[in-house]
Amino acid sequence: MSLTTQFATLYNGVAAPRSLLPRLDFAAFRENILQGVARDWRVAALFALPAPGGHDLVAILAADDDGLMHALRTAVTGDSFPSLTAECPQLHLFEREIAELWGLKPEGHPWLKPVRFQKPLRPGLDLTPPRPGVVDWYQVKGDEIHEVAVGPVHAGVIEPGAFRFQCHGEHVFHLEISLGYQHRGVERAMLHGPLKRHIHLMETLAGDTTVGHTTAYCQNMEALGNGRAPARAHALRGIALELERLANHTGDLGALAGDVGFLPTMSFCGRLRGDWLNLTAQLCGSRFGRGMIRPGGVGFDAEPGRTYDMALKVEAALKDVSGAAELLWNTPSVMARFEDTGLVTRQTAEELGLVGPAARACGIERDARCNFPSGIWQFAQIPAATWTSGDVFARAWVRWLEIQRSAGFIREQLHSLPAGPVRAACGPPAADRIVVSLVEGWRGEICHVALTDGEGKFAAYKVVDPSFHNWTGLAMALRDQQISDFPLCNKSFNLSYCGHDL
Amino acid sequence: MTALNASIHILLALLLPPVLLGVINKTKAAIGGRVGPPVLQAWFDIIKLMHKGSVFSTTTTWVFRAGPVVGFVTAVGAALFVPLGNHAPPLSFTGDLVLFAYLLGLGRFFTIAAALDTGSAFEGMGGAREATFSSLAEPALFFSMLVLARMSGSLSLGSMLGPAVGGMWSAAGASLVLVVVSLFIVLLAENCRIPFDDPNTHLELTMIHEVMVLDHSGPAFGLILWGAAVKLFVFGALVVRIVMPFDGDPWAGWGIFIAGQLAVAVTVGLVESVMARLRLLQIPSLLVAACLLSAFGIILLAR
Repeated sequence: MSLTTQFATLYNGVAAPRSLLPRLDFAAFRENILQGVARDWRVAALFALPAPGGHDLVAILAADDDGLMHALRTAVTGDSFPSLTAECPQLHLFEREIAELWGLKPEGHPWLKPVRFQKPLRPGLDLTPPRPGVVDWYQVKGDEIHEVAVGPVHAGVIEPGAFRFQCHGEHVFHLEISLGYQHRGVERAMLHGPLKRHIHLMETLAGDTTVGHTTAYCQNMEALGNGRAPARAHALRGIALELERLANHTGDLGALAGDVGFLPTMSFCGRLRGDWLNLTAQLCGSRFGRGMIRPGGVGFDAEPGRTYDMALKVEAALKDVSGAAELLWNTPSVMARFEDTGLVTRQTAEELGLVGPAARACGIERDARCNFPSGIWQFAQIPAATWTSGDVFARAWVRWLEIQRSAGFIREQLHSLPAGPVRAACGPPAADRIVVSLVEGWRGEICHVALTDGEGKFAAYKVVDPSFHNWTGLAMALRDQQISDFPLCNKSFNLSYCGHDL
Repeated sequence: MTALNASIHILLALLLPPVLLGVINKTKAAIGGRVGPPVLQAWFDIIKLMHKGSVFSTTTTWVFRAGPVVGFVTAVGAALFVPLGNHAPPLSFTGDLVLFAYLLGLGRFFTIAAALDTGSAFEGMGGAREATFSSLAEPALFFSMLVLARMSGSLSLGSMLGPAVGGMWSAAGASLVLVVVSLFIVLLAENCRIPFDDPNTHLELTMIHEVMVLDHSGPAFGLILWGAAVKLFVFGALVVRIVMPFDGDPWAGWGIFIAGQLAVAVTVGLVESVMARLRLLQIPSLLVAACLLSAFGIILLAR
């Protein structure tokens, strides 16, 4: 069986006719996914949508080595399909999501529980989902085993999510995470779009990743509507995206320091995160980049005086962050806490399809800016920052490497912004198209898939936040660790609840 | 004069402790480049809590309510045996150091029992940690006491930490240095300071002492805060009396003692500013080190 002929090859942010998607029988679909994963492709998205006579399953496989995406689909006629999770663990949440939304049961799924406790999308399927958190928790039995339930309401001002630890003394055997409290029904609201207000849904998919998600959405809209964002707009988008990364990575370094009770870096980084956010505000008036990214370009231009001023502020902020970070690496008591805590092996990371700093901290060179360049990344290169130890230290260190590279990128771009307009016209979406956008947000790869119907309306709009891949990574990081190290591990991943819950 | 001294002693033991917390926080804030809360913030918090109502879970018993009261009373009781400044403590008898240690032990027992009484997984975890770590801190305290007892030839805190300390420094300074370091480590451990515990954290899974009192509220919680501050004051007093054995003018003695306590608070603040917390697994090692330090102090004396 020749593999290449069975896939539709897609490029990041380029639309293709839906008819290109091969409709395979299930055995071939399954075989192709398994073989693709065996050659280091990843499942960027797997979702279902209604089709005549049943449902279609669409899988998007991303090949990090050559920057291509491979799409394939199969038809499911009944109410179930054989699960692939046992052979390909990174599919587990996708299959649970399909079961929840469309009532299609993945037969043989080892961990079939609700994902978001949401109502099904399938018309006529009247299932009342259980209340969030009401699941059949995994339990370890034994005289000295105890269970610790944390959340869904937490001590800090953070989002809700339920955690259940199976412990023997301080030793954690297993952590189970149950989310869904933040579910708002974004994908449901996107159906039959695009509507004018959808851009605002994208901006608030995960509030701390406004630029990342909006860029992916706008890239899709431009591909479908045949709009070409001008070069200056691409550069400004890149600057906004990297400012978002800088703010969050800096905040994370500070929060990691705070979790081990190391005050100096915590205090400095708390302030410096604000400096990066203020730079974003200087660009577009919003500290979180709302209103910046728009279909066809960007909402705000930056005149030379402003870019000069911003470049100075970037230098100053980077200098301060360097000081705060160096303090962290040079304090033995901090390093003693970071090293060998929350280990994720490279093999686990690959099997689970982790993305972002969590994957790069395991030595995997996976960065959509390098592997799937679109927009400004086709011209400017940022090398993927990796480290090999897979512990809390590695995740912190990768962030620090990325801070330096992102600041360098912004400096470069601010000094050499292309001339010209910042926004071009973007038409309505073409009919019967599929487009996939991959954007490296600060948390990892953001994947947006849009399929249009015969009238150019969204037949499906699938959003995969990096947190969707990575929450299971956190659960694995806690295996055989001390329960008191959970907050530190959690912070080193710093995943989004609402990005997962959509 | 005795009555006046006793009154000052008791007033000091009740009023100064929350101020020490304020000094620690001010120090940490200054090093972190912040302004920080007012020095009297702990007092404001306690007064605020005293005006609030209490919520008691229906699953708890009298043990839960007794915890904060016993914790506070035992800490204040222990403070009555320690000389502050150049004065005899209000209460003193031969062997009172054992009562001193076990008054603190009784307070701890009730705090743990109150935590267990709630039946919460968090509080049980905190209780287990507190019991484990304090059982390792206790030998360090006793070894230190043994050094002082042997040098002063007395089994009463009043004379062990009384005017005789000045002479001990010239006789066996090395042992005393070891004892001071050991006692300071015990001070940090018993009062849940960094590197043992982080009093400012909101992360319940990492807490030791704070997690045991999560369910207390209102005046009961105010008493807990106050009692914990008194405990810090008591351990601080031990360190101050050894490091600054002033035996001159009685009034200056009070002043020097207060200055010493503030210096201890600043030192705690400095320690908390420059290092991170230990991993929970490594805490026993540091406590064993404290035991060994004071044990070496004994060996140096016995040579």
